[in-house]
Amino acid sequence: MTEEVKPPKREKIPRQKMPEQEPKVRARNFQEVPFGLSPELAQKEAERCIQCKDPRCKQGCPVEIDVPRFIKEIKEGDFEAAIRTLWEMNALPAICGRVCPQEIQCEGLCVIGKKEEPVAIGNLERFAADYQRLHGRDILPPKADPTGKKVAVVGAGPAGLTVAGDLILKGHEVTVFEALHAPGGVLLYGIPEFRLPKEIVAHECHYLERLGVKILVNQVVGRTDTVDELFEQGFDAVFLAVGAGLPVFLNVPGENLIGIYSANEYLTRANLMKAYAFPEYDTPLVKGKNVATFGAGNVSMDSARTALRMGADHSYIIYRRSEAEMPARAAEIHHAHEEGVEFMLLSAPTRFLGDEEGRVKAVECLRMELGEPDASGRRRPVPLEGSEFIVDIDLAVISIGAGANPLLTKTTPGLALNKWGYIIADPKTGKTMKPKVWAGGDIVTGSATVILAMGAGRLSANSIHDFLTMGW
Amino acid sequence: MFEIVERQEMAQGTVVSNWVKAPKIAKKAKPGQFVILRANEKGERIPLTMADTDPAKGLINIIYQVVGKSTALFKTLKVGDGYLDVIGPLGQPTHLDKVGKVVCVGGGTGVAVVHPITRGLKQVGNQVFAVIGARNKDLLILEDQMRAASHELMVCTDDGSYGHHGFVTDMLKKVLTEHQDIALAVCIGPVPMMKFCCKMTKEFGVKTLVSLNPIMVDGTGMCGCCRVTVGGKRKFACVDGPEFDGHETDFEELTARLKGYLDLEKVSYDEFKAAHGSGKCSCCS
Ligand SMILES: Cc1cc2nc3c(=O)[nH]c(=O)nc-3n(C[C@H](O)[C@H](O)[C@H](O)COP(=O)(O)OP(=O)(O)OC[C@H]3O[C@@H](n4cnc5c(N)ncnc54)[C@H](O)[C@@H]3O)c2cc1C
Ligand code: SF4
Ligand code: FES
Repeated sequence: MTEEVKPPKREKIPRQKMPEQEPKVRARNFQEVPFGLSPELAQKEAERCIQCKDPRCKQGCPVEIDVPRFIKEIKEGDFEAAIRTLWEMNALPAICGRVCPQEIQCEGLCVIGKKEEPVAIGNLERFAADYQRLHGRDILPPKADPTGKKVAVVGAGPAGLTVAGDLILKGHEVTVFEALHAPGGVLLYGIPEFRLPKEIVAHECHYLERLGVKILVNQVVGRTDTVDELFEQGFDAVFLAVGAGLPVFLNVPGENLIGIYSANEYLTRANLMKAYAFPEYDTPLVKGKNVATFGAGNVSMDSARTALRMGADHSYIIYRRSEAEMPARAAEIHHAHEEGVEFMLLSAPTRFLGDEEGRVKAVECLRMELGEPDASGRRRPVPLEGSEFIVDIDLAVISIGAGANPLLTKTTPGLALNKWGYIIADPKTGKTMKPKVWAGGDIVTGSATVILAMGAGRLSANSIHDFLTMGW
Repeated sequence: MFEIVERQEMAQGTVVSNWVKAPKIAKKAKPGQFVILRANEKGERIPLTMADTDPAKGLINIIYQVVGKSTALFKTLKVGDGYLDVIGPLGQPTHLDKVGKVVCVGGGTGVAVVHPITRGLKQVGNQVFAVIGARNKDLLILEDQMRAASHELMVCTDDGSYGHHGFVTDMLKKVLTEHQDIALAVCIGPVPMMKFCCKMTKEFGVKTLVSLNPIMVDGTGMCGCCRVTVGGKRKFACVDGPEFDGHETDFEELTARLKGYLDLEKVSYDEFKAAHGSGKCSCCS
């Protein structure tokens, strides 16, 4: 941004609403909820940006996208320039535009947001990426000359894909090893179709393949090959990005009754295995009429909304704190409310009750009240004695977080793990205690966000590049 | 694609054996481990314990009983066709230690799973008694292989059409009574069979391994679908198992959980049979 042209005098334009499916309609189908912005709406929204000299939005972005520049390019109708600007910092803009918690990142800091609603940066990012995918020329970013170095990336979620995208552009050979039968990580198996169409995930992965990244599926590293065997096969560096794929259960009686799923299982069946299209697809999923989802993060909203689409009459979110503490993105909570998800707050499950066949038929809960703040600064829920109540349910989804999956870490000697089993890595470089091995994303931080996983990937990619070219 | 290079029907077409090209897995696999297979883009992920491997030729052997849509679909695959996905080797291998005298029991297609373990236990120097069983003579599989893999083989059929007339537990009891120094029992088959075998070995105080077959999705410990209760603790069969201490296993819970999708599986299987215009095939007993 060399010259600042426009004085901040501008007519007041309200934040442009993204058209979306009616709540009643969409709560029964798996198509994406918002339709996206038209070029006209996007350009109008872009006009709302006052092109700050020292843009706060950029500081709020974990990968430091040049926000005002890409918005200006949209305003000027140069959508190809806008996607190039995004790609400089972010290999997966169509995804981030859809799933980042913008309200606590770029949009949360946008100066316009002080007086009115902030510029819809996420929607604009999504627009630029969608426009490129649907109407753009077949362009690829420039690639450096081959270095002859080989990098193995373990896990094809956002962290792994970012490292793959960065290092291939820097001229290294990159092979991604993915345990499941398709790449994408949580983007594929966790986040539902109605929020992130799988076609987009496939498109972004295909973009990496067109750049030259080799993606090998069905490779469970630790079983099919170990990390040390990857080195024996000639890889010069290994990046571990296996995510936090371990379900956490409530540990209350009755939790193994039929009809009780971990969120990972429920969503994997629905998304990866497309159980919503059963019996066209072979994988079944119990269809609940009265569904309880425990927890209130993004994963919980996704589960509760999936249950509605699978035909539930009632889809409850049962959460032991209050609305203010719910960790999900604001947009997801809003969408869940609109679609008719029922919130039972300040309630915690104590046991599940089953029928003769071992199917869940009810859950017993206790009412809670908020006490003193705990270590996390959130007020701690305290049970109210004698307040037990029963909710009739025929399906339950446990969505109270994830842990570190030990499959890879247990079979990789030399890594240092913290007390929860996550890999210890230098936050600035992603270097682990094992030589030539880097790690990033949820397997280092615990469950976080797509963009933080990508940010960690970016730092590791830079560090790996330094190592491969300069030896440190 | 993972190509099928050899295919054989057994037990009157209710059981199928495939040798599948999967060199990386063949090299790595050990007795007791399993793979997850998917026939095509719309297919389920089906776990099957490997019955054998041929690392030199890069092949793995799977033997499955046709019980529903997915296995019926597998059965339609011919030599030259293949599986879209084969993932493995998964799970913990069997500890093949020399402990002295052991007894290996296999029922139904469980014989295919117990076979490599039996052979392995013999190879490390144990004296191996083996018991296999089926509903009738025609449904019995791998008799010759089990004979070769053990020192002494006893065969049972429920209807008495071959070998001992009765259940495998009868012969298990005989072995345990005649050889009070049996150090280990390995019992693999349908859940009720494993349950009754374990009841018996418990009476004799003989440590017993079973191989559990809960429903699975990912096979890497990510989803918790395969959870079983062993010794009062939650275990994931795909990563902690599939073999567990049979005396600690909650078979009732496993039985219930295995029935979780019976109604839906029927919908899927009926549709498949209608589409394939058969419905009278021998596989739907
Ligand atoms: C349902 C759901 C909704 C979410 N919603 C949001 C949201 O709206 N916004 C947001 O920012 N974040 C969201 N998140 C969180 C976000 O998806 C994760 O933080 C992010 O995906 C982590 O990226 P990752 O690359 O570290 O790991 P993952 O995405 O978990 O990818 C890890 C990959 O590694 C593979 N793998 C695991 N073990 C092995 C192995 N041994 N060998 C080979 N491959 C292996 C896995 O199969 C997987 O593909 C959500 C998460 C879930 C579950
Ligand atoms: S802070 Fe808001 S107004 Fe300023 S440059 Fe960023 S998006 Fe534009
Ligand atoms: S099959 Fe998913 S955890 Fe075992």
